[in-house]
Formats: sequence, C-alpha cells, structure tokens
Amino acid sequence: MSDMASNDTQARFRDFVRAALANRSFVTGLAIALAIALMALVSFVWTPYDVAHLVVSDRMKTPSGMHWFGTDNFGRDILSMIMVGSRNSIAVALVAVGIGMGIGVPLGCWAAAHGGWLDEAIMRLNDVVFAFPALMSAIMITAIFGPGAVNAIIAIGIFNIPVFARVARAGALALWPREFILAARASGKGTTLITVEHIFPNIANLLLVQGTIQFALGVLAEAGLSYLGLGAQPPMPSWGRMLFDAQTRMMVAPYMAIFPGLAIVITVLGLNLLGDGLSDVLDPKLRRRR
Amino acid sequence: MTAYILKRVAIGIVTLVFASIVIFAVLEVMPGDPARLMLGINASADSVETLRRQMGLDQPLIVRYLHWAGGMLTGDFGKSFTYSSPVRDLIIERGVVSLPLALIALFLSAVIGIPIGVFSASRRGKAADTAVMGVAQLGVAIPNFWFALLLIYVFAVWLRLVPAGGFPGWSTGIWAGLKGLILPAVALALPQAAILARVTRSALLEVLGEDYIRTARAKGLPRRRVLLHHALRNGMIPVMTILGLQFAFLLAGTIIIENVFYLPGLGRLVYQAITQRDLIVVEGIIMVLVASVVFINLLVDLSYPLVDPRLRHAR
Amino acid sequence: MSLLEIEKLSLDIGGVPILRGVDLSIGAGEIMGLVGESGSGKSMTALTVMQLLPVGARASGRVTFDGIDILSAPEQAMCRLRGDDIGMVFQEPMTALNPVKTIGEQVAEGIRWHTGANRADAEARARTMLDRVGLPEAKFPLSRYPHELSGGQRQRVVIAIACALKPKLLVADEPTTALDVVLQKQILELLRGLVDEDRMGLLLISHDLAVVADMSDRVTVMRHGEVMEEGETARTLSEQMHPYTRQLAQASMHVPARRGGDIPGHSAPLLEVSSIIKDYPGRRASLLRRQEPFRAVDEVSFSVESGQSVALVGRSGCGKSTLARMILALDRPTGGDIRLLGQSLAGKSEAALRPSRRNMQVVFQDPYGSFDPRHKVEKLVGEPLHLLEKQPGAKERREMIAAALAEVGLSPSDMEKYPHEFSGGQRQRISIARAVITRPKLIVADEPVSALDVSIRAQILDLFADLNQKLGVAYIFITHDLTVARAITDDVMVMHEGRIVERGRTGDILDHPQSEAAQALVAAAPDLNRAIARRLEMQGRQAGL
Repeated sequence: MSDMASNDTQARFRDFVRAALANRSFVTGLAIALAIALMALVSFVWTPYDVAHLVVSDRMKTPSGMHWFGTDNFGRDILSMIMVGSRNSIAVALVAVGIGMGIGVPLGCWAAAHGGWLDEAIMRLNDVVFAFPALMSAIMITAIFGPGAVNAIIAIGIFNIPVFARVARAGALALWPREFILAARASGKGTTLITVEHIFPNIANLLLVQGTIQFALGVLAEAGLSYLGLGAQPPMPSWGRMLFDAQTRMMVAPYMAIFPGLAIVITVLGLNLLGDGLSDVLDPKLRRRR
Repeated sequence: MTAYILKRVAIGIVTLVFASIVIFAVLEVMPGDPARLMLGINASADSVETLRRQMGLDQPLIVRYLHWAGGMLTGDFGKSFTYSSPVRDLIIERGVVSLPLALIALFLSAVIGIPIGVFSASRRGKAADTAVMGVAQLGVAIPNFWFALLLIYVFAVWLRLVPAGGFPGWSTGIWAGLKGLILPAVALALPQAAILARVTRSALLEVLGEDYIRTARAKGLPRRRVLLHHALRNGMIPVMTILGLQFAFLLAGTIIIENVFYLPGLGRLVYQAITQRDLIVVEGIIMVLVASVVFINLLVDLSYPLVDPRLRHAR
Repeated sequence: MSLLEIEKLSLDIGGVPILRGVDLSIGAGEIMGLVGESGSGKSMTALTVMQLLPVGARASGRVTFDGIDILSAPEQAMCRLRGDDIGMVFQEPMTALNPVKTIGEQVAEGIRWHTGANRADAEARARTMLDRVGLPEAKFPLSRYPHELSGGQRQRVVIAIACALKPKLLVADEPTTALDVVLQKQILELLRGLVDEDRMGLLLISHDLAVVADMSDRVTVMRHGEVMEEGETARTLSEQMHPYTRQLAQASMHVPARRGGDIPGHSAPLLEVSSIIKDYPGRRASLLRRQEPFRAVDEVSFSVESGQSVALVGRSGCGKSTLARMILALDRPTGGDIRLLGQSLAGKSEAALRPSRRNMQVVFQDPYGSFDPRHKVEKLVGEPLHLLEKQPGAKERREMIAAALAEVGLSPSDMEKYPHEFSGGQRQRISIARAVITRPKLIVADEPVSALDVSIRAQILDLFADLNQKLGVAYIFITHDLTVARAITDDVMVMHEGRIVERGRTGDILDHPQSEAAQALVAAAPDLNRAIARRLEMQGRQAGL
C-alpha cells in the first residue's frame, strides 16, 4: 500500500526528507524560495547602496561593476531596490495567504461538516467573492481608502478566502463518508472534534500545496497592484512600481525593466516548483503516476 | 436537464444580486461623505449639500440601492461626475475595446494551451513533455504586464511591426483595430495558456489512469486513439472550469494591460475614475465586469451537460 | 496445440519480482480457472497475455497465443489481437465503461475498428451482441449511457464489448467479485453460455474456489507468483494433493467452533427495532416537482437478544447497510424507533447518545479505509474510550489498549505502529480491538471478512466466534456471503427491497429457505462441495455413456 515502512514518526519524517530530496522540482523550488527569503532578511541589515539615498549624478547608469543591475531614474541602485522590494512582495503575499487560510479553511470545513443549506449558503457566498478577481477588490478598496500595501494585502487576502474554502471543503467532503470517520462518529465524537482530529490533519497536505500556489499568485498580484500604483507607495521600493517607472524609459534603459521582472519570475517560479514538488512528495499516489 | 439549467441560472442571478449589494455597500457606505470626497476638503458646505442632493445622498440607503440597481436593469447606470455623460455610454464606448481584448485572449489561451497539454500528455515522461512543461512552468511565473513590456520592446520598438500602444478605434477598420489589440491579447493570453497547458496535461493523465481507459485499450485501440476519443472528452471537464475562471483573470488583467498599452478600455476608465474619485463610474464598471464573469461561468456550467451525460439527468 | 501457451513466464515491475516461472495453457473452448489469494500474481498473468502491463514491467519466458509470440509482438500486432482474438472482462463494472459515451458507441467502436464496418453495420452487430448478453433493445437501446445501468448490467456491456467479435480467448479477471451472489450467478451463466456457443477459451481468474470449481474444466492454483498446482478441476479440488490447495479449500469452508448460541430468553431484548423507515428524497424532476422518495428501509422490526449472533443477508442495494447505520445512530431514521437496552436512539442529540454508543460498536469491511492513516494504533484503538464516563488516566488508558490488542491476538507493542504497517488481516484485528475496548453489548459488523483472503478470513471468523463466547457480545453480521452467515451466526434475517422477508435459525433458513428472496440467495451461493460433487457426477455420467 504505502512505500513508507517505518517504526516511528522520526523515520516517517526521514522518509519524507529522502523522497523530497530526490524530487528535482522540490529541491530547486526550495533553494530559490530560501534564497529569496535570505535576500529579504539580508536587506534589513545590509544593501549595496542605501535606497533612500538619491544620487542625481548616478541617474540611469547601465549595469557595471559598481551597480550590477544599474541605477534608476533617481540614481538608486536597482539591486538594492530589488532586495528591499522583496520584503514587500513576501510580506503582502504571505499575509494574504494567512488571511485566506485563516478564514477560508474553517469556512470550508464547516460547510463540509454540516452540509445542507449552510453548505449551500457558504458556497454561494464563495461564488460572489469569486466573481471579484483580486484586482477588482483592490480597485474598490483603493477607491475608498486610497492606495497602500495594507489594502493590497486585504484585497489579495479576500481573493484567497474562497480558494482555500473550496480546497478545504472538497478535501473534507471526500473524507466524511470514509469509514474511519464513521468509526470516530460511532465513538461519540462530534463534528468539531472530528474536524480537528481527523479532517484537518488529512487535508493539511492539500492546503500546504495550495498555500504555495497562492503565495506565488500573491506575489504576481502584488506586483500588478503596485504597478498600477494601488500597492506599496513610494518611496517604499516594490517590484511592480519599479517596472512602472521603467516603462517610459524602455528605449533608453531596458535593464530597468529586465531585472525587477526577472526577480518576480524567479520568485514565482521557485514557489510554483516548490508547490509542484510538495504535492508530488506528499501524495504517493501521484508520485507513482509520474 | 431543465432543473439543472434553472438552478444554474438562479444561482447566477443570486450571485449577481449579492455582488451588487457588496459593491453598493462597499462604495456607498464607506467612511466619509462621497460628495465631500469628490469636491475636496476646500469645498464650501453649500456646494457639498447641492451635490449631495444631486447624487440622491439625502435619501435612505435602501432607496438608493433600489434606485441604483433598478436603474442598471433598465440600462441606466447614472451619470459620471467627471465626464458629465451617462455611465452607460462610457461603458459601451470603452467596452468595445476591453471585451474583444479579453475574448481574443481567452481564445488564444485555449487554442495554444489545450493542444500543448494534449501533446505533452501523449508524450508523458519523454523529452518533449519535459521540455514543453518546463516552458509552461516558466510561462506561469511571468507577470503579464512585464511580458507586455518585453513584447513592446521587441515588436514595437525593435522590429517596429506593430504600434507600441494606443488604439485607432474600430472606425478605422476591423483589421486596424485588431492590429492594435494583438500584442495586448498575446501578453494576456500566453501566461494563461501556460496554466491551461498544465491543467490539460494533468487532467488527461488523471483520466488515463481510469479503468475505462484499460477497457478501451483491451478493445484493441491504439494509445493515440484512446487519448483522443476516450480521455480527451473526460479530461475537458476540469479544463472548462479553468477556462471559465481564466475569463475573470483576463478581464481583470485588461485593467493592467490597457494601462501598459494605453488602450481606451474599461480598465483605463476605471483606473482614471478611481484617481478622480468618480464613484458612480467605478460602481458601474465593476458591476459590468462582475456580471460578465458570472455570465461566462454560467455558460461554462451550462455546457457541462453537453460533455458529461451524467449531468443531463441529475439535480 | 493449445490456444494459449505460457511457459516459464517471469515478470518484475520496477525490479520487484511478481511472477516466477509460471506455466499455463488453455485449449480452444476450454475453461481454465486461475485461483489464488491477493498478491499471487493472477491478475498480472492476465495483463501479460493482453500486454497491458503497467509501465516499468519486464517479462521473460514465452507466451504464445494462436502461434503468435506475444512477448515479442509489436504494439501494432497486439492492437490487432486485443478485442478481436482476445477479449477481456474486468473486475469493477462501475468504472470499466467510459461515462461520456453511450453503450452502443462503446460496443460498436471495437467492431468498427477491427472490421472496418460502417457505422450502421457496426451498430447492428452491437445490437445483436447486447441482445445476446441479456440487454434487450426495448429496455436497453444503444443510446443508453453507463450511468443509467446497474452494476450487473454494466458488466454485461463489458462482456458484450469483449465478446463482440467472437474472440478465440476471453480473459475474465474476477468478473463477479464486485457483484452480489445472485448477479454473480447470472453473469457466470452468461459467460458459460457465450463460451459454449462461440467455442471460446476462457481464462477465469477468481479468488473464490467455489466459483472456479463450478465453472472451469481445469484449474491452476497460484501463490506468491508461482504455480502451486495445475490439473483437472474435480480431481484437483477433491483430492487436494497439494498442501496449499488443501489449505485453501479448508479455509474457504471453515466453520469456527462455537457453542450452540442458545440464550436464556427471559431477559429484555438487547436491541429492539420497531417499524423503522428510511426514505431518501427523490431526484428533482423539475423545479417544482420531485420524484417519489426512495424508501431504502421499509417498516423493519426485529429484536436481538444479548449474546446472540444474527446475520443480516441480502442482495446489494436491499437496504441492509442503511439499516445498520441507523442502528449505529450514524443515520437518522425517517420513522420508527430503535431501542438499545431500553433506551431509544431516535432523535437524540450526540451527547444524549453517549451511553448507548458505549454499548455498541462497529467493524467495517475495508481494512484499509477503517483507520485514519495519520494516527498510531494506540490512538485508533483508544478512540472509543472517549465515550467513557470517567476518562482513564494515561497509564490506565495504555493498559486498556494493550489488553484489547492482546484480546485480538496482537502484541501490545503494536500500539506504536501506524496502520499501514499491518496486513489486511491484522488491520481487521485492530478494527475489532477498537470495537471491543469499551466492552460493548452489541457489535455491528458490515461485511467484515469479504475483503480478506480465505485463509485470513477463517482466522478472523475464529476471532469473532471466540470474542462472542468470551465477552458475551452480540453481533449483527451484514453479509451477502451465506458461508459467513452459516459459519458464525445463530439466526439469519433475509432482507429484500427494504423489508425483512424471512427470519429463523441459520441452519433452517440456509437449508430450507421459504421466501423467494432467500431461495434465490441460497441457490446462487457458490458452494465448493456442491460444485465438486456436480462435476464428479457429470464426469461419471460421461464415463458411463
């Protein structure tokens, strides 16, 4: 049945690590994700140049030994901007995933556990939220409160809620008719206890995989919002805003657009690879099919 | 079947009603006085009061909602404060750019993504599969507006094949109009095509593990025929779902892309309306966009029974 | 020369050896029974003949079909053979048909592909074939979709696909395992009829010795990828020369030693079910109109004394599992009442049910699906302790779990393991340990041995009998298998279309069924001794001529 034969949790974990390390997607994705995270952390204590410091004489310098990725129209070092900007991307996407999970997963589990009209109502509500892509809710929120990173987080977070609610509900619905749940019910356990003890641990893998996917989508969405000026506001560097600044200068300084774009692509790619790898490693059925 | 259709349509209507309440609530019951927000802090109390009455803000909430929602049903979306023309006209004028853009992108995404997914599934594990899926993996990670910038750089700045932006209008001819939309549509479509290719492939691989595939093989059908005649139709169900969701993304994506290419579409209009705090325009556009998303998803729901006969009788 | 000749076939999948030197031959028009327990390699043998092995499989040896070397035949040649000269029928009829194509398309497809017939001709032939497998046009037009058919009907369609071009060899891999006994009999008769009429060779794979004895001319017994014994059916199974064949035969007829379950009848009954009803809402036909509700359980009343072992038998879909779930208070009845030890269960809250839940537990069919894969045995077996009024301390809890494990023949050290580390039989023991840990008065067991191999099944039946004796626990055994009912129960209740149509002592009912439903069940139940006797008699008659 399972190719994991072990005697205790530790051995199970060791097997997981072995399977994970043998998975190319997982290893590459993890390496990229860790590198980006490290870059964000390092940016708190050190960047090649101070991004708050505008040096007019250094405006729009092409990449060189001094400025590896060149400088922007204010003379700021692009590498430093990318490093600092990664904080914003990571923070927005991560908190948005947290909001989505924190609200969506309980909603989905609740809908699955009770069924009937409650399930129907929650799912219809989901449909409504689903009809507003992150960008539209961001526009609405910005229209009221004005632009800012927090609003981007809220907008992307709201968009994440129905995604997690659906994944959790589908996973839970598949589990409820299973015999081990019936056995737990025959042991007098109520829906809440069963959800906590049996349902949640068994859908955690699904949620983890979806979490990395939504993280990646969050980075993309944040970039889009800050490109439109609906996300983090200057002077706080953000990758999307850097691309906006680069757009009008494409002819003279294409590197201004290349590097922030690559930063987004690499981050999203790494997270997607990580998610793919995780789902392979965590689901032995899929692993065999590949 | 009739019951299924009626239920789906009813769900679509309920969703729209709820969405309209959400939009109305969020935009109208926001903190601060919309009239004052529009006129700015320095406006006199008198002019604010006049505007309030003009906008109907002195009436109770429910009356205002019913007025707004009822107006939309008859095609009256109110009047723009900044453009001083009916919102309906603005939406129609700009919609003829955005809607074709989103539909062309959806079409491109489907005709590029699905065949690639089928191809990849048929070569599972082989070098071609790995290569194609590697590209798709990269495609999924590319933000469409950055991709748009690259396209502009290559095709407009460097090769000078197409204009870098702007839209000549349909009045200059269909071909000229399409030419203005082609780069934006490609920029929107390719990342979505990459997603679709991945979804198609995994849906097909999932189906290829089913028992009835073995039955078909036991009939003596070669792999290729089994893939095209048995697996494809079953695998289309998740693909259709994704296609429906993509339309929402593409519509939202037009907001960004239109700003990249300076296209006079709904996306730019809503963006400008926000900066000018022209709420009635924002409301109207978002309602139209949400309605199109709901409508496309209704179409997807209604086409499931065409693919899956099990749904023709159920529910 | 034989139609199919397998010589020294060895197979490994991803380096794991599956088959070792298998020899097997089938002549034209001959029925070969291939029996063995799970993991014996019988299905893989069939898939090798079809060349439909999973990726990573490597076969060596010789497989010759009708003069063609199968192992070295190119894929194109195999495509010409499959569905034309070799047909195959699979175990699971519910998933074997493409849900989006009509049955007509699916039967006609192979005909068109192999003969190049036009659509109309192929459909006409498909029609004839569907008529032959017992799906007449009036009720089963070509335009039917698989989801509109029952499991037995779908299996008929699969057989029609396999036999449409009168293959020389039909491979049937557990064709009736997913069906109830009455359907099993019908499908086996259908197969036998087709094989006789078209003079097909049949490779019939089954875990059930009785089915094979009933059907086949010769039998091959496999174990762990090797052929144990091969020979003429009646002789092989009656003489039982090979120790493994003997072991299988004995296990399949095993009856646990039990004291006569006569219970002093003066006390109040343990369980009283009175006029219980379960309706499922009908499908919505239109927005306003629903179809009539479906009555799954129709005014059922019975009682069970403490310590009594009762079988609830019936065909699939007769409502027996629904009834069991209502008794376990996992499903709410539409009407009627259930009392356990005088306490009514109907309409009670989960909290109010706790005292009753303590007195009844459950054992399910699937030893794999019964446990949360993320919990250790300690937690799994200890789960019902949740029901105790006074929660035991950690040490006491472990002692109780250890005792329960010991009772079912497992070691207390198994507590630290995860369910996937156990075999199917061991898991069923864990399941029973979980059921007995609160010392319930009643255990409801839903097909508890039907997923197990015969030798394991015998051990688990012994365990049930033993616990019945030791703990005085009453059983309701839900089963479609009359041998299980005979082995372990005092009373039998026969259920049919939501009603209990007959109840009596087990021996009486199985030997002299009164109701039509019971008679059908008894007549259809495969019985090894009866099958061998009939075969010997037939041979004697032929010899006497």
